Amino acid sequence: MSITIATSLDLKGLSCPLPIIKTATAMKRLAPGEMLEAFATDPGSVPDFKAWAKATGNPLVQSDDSAGVFHFVLQKKES
Amino acid sequence: MSATTIDRPPAAEFAEQPAEKKPEVAEKLVIFAWSGELDKIWPTLILATTGAAMGKETTVFFTFWGLFPLVKNQVRITGENWMQKMLSTMNRGGDEHLKLSKMNVVGAGPAMMNHLAKEHHVASPHELMEMAKELGVHLVPCQMTMDLLGLKREDLIDGLDEPAGATMALAEAQGAITLFI
Repeated sequence: MSITIATSLDLKGLSCPLPIIKTATAMKRLAPGEMLEAFATDPGSVPDFKAWAKATGNPLVQSDDSAGVFHFVLQKKES
Repeated sequence: MSATTIDRPPAAEFAEQPAEKKPEVAEKLVIFAWSGELDKIWPTLILATTGAAMGKETTVFFTFWGLFPLVKNQVRITGENWMQKMLSTMNRGGDEHLKLSKMNVVGAGPAMMNHLAKEHHVASPHELMEMAKELGVHLVPCQMTMDLLGLKREDLIDGLDEPAGATMALAEAQGAITLFI
């Protein structure tokens, strides 16, 4: 399955709560069903992205890391 | 007979929904910001901006010492009488002049804390205050404390909600997550 990304965010170096704030702001601009990816280095962003997705109902499609960079893919929920 | 079989499924659905929905998320977050210190206003603003980012209608009710961080950074002395003026002399307002609740060491503590924050790319209280406004967080100053401490609306930063009282704050807190910091 290929995923088309509508917006990509570089959140590397940022600490809590900035990765989530910037992601939430960017997600507002997406149309339902569109995907956003984010790259972060704050280890706290792993549970935070999971919790944000659960709380807001926007599915966290992917969450992985390589070489200390965490990669998240979120899908804007159908309203 | 047929009535019971038709009635049951919707009844079961109704019973399930609130049980499933309720513990999940409160729609509102209300923080009572009573403390005006750097190490308390900071988490207050972190939680407020995060709450708004999570889609919660977020209100911060600033009262007592919590009001001083709302004073414009360039305003030095506030108050009408000598007591209120002395208060602002000894407790300077503004989100760039906050003290630590411990290890303040005549301002050396906050200076070090701000330095560390910059190094670790942590947003400052001032930046978080601006973000809170952009995210639509309701920043409500307490009218009674403003009168008591001699803070006028023009002493406070722009972008705040209208000053209000305890009733408004408690009404807003109904069904919300509430924190007193």
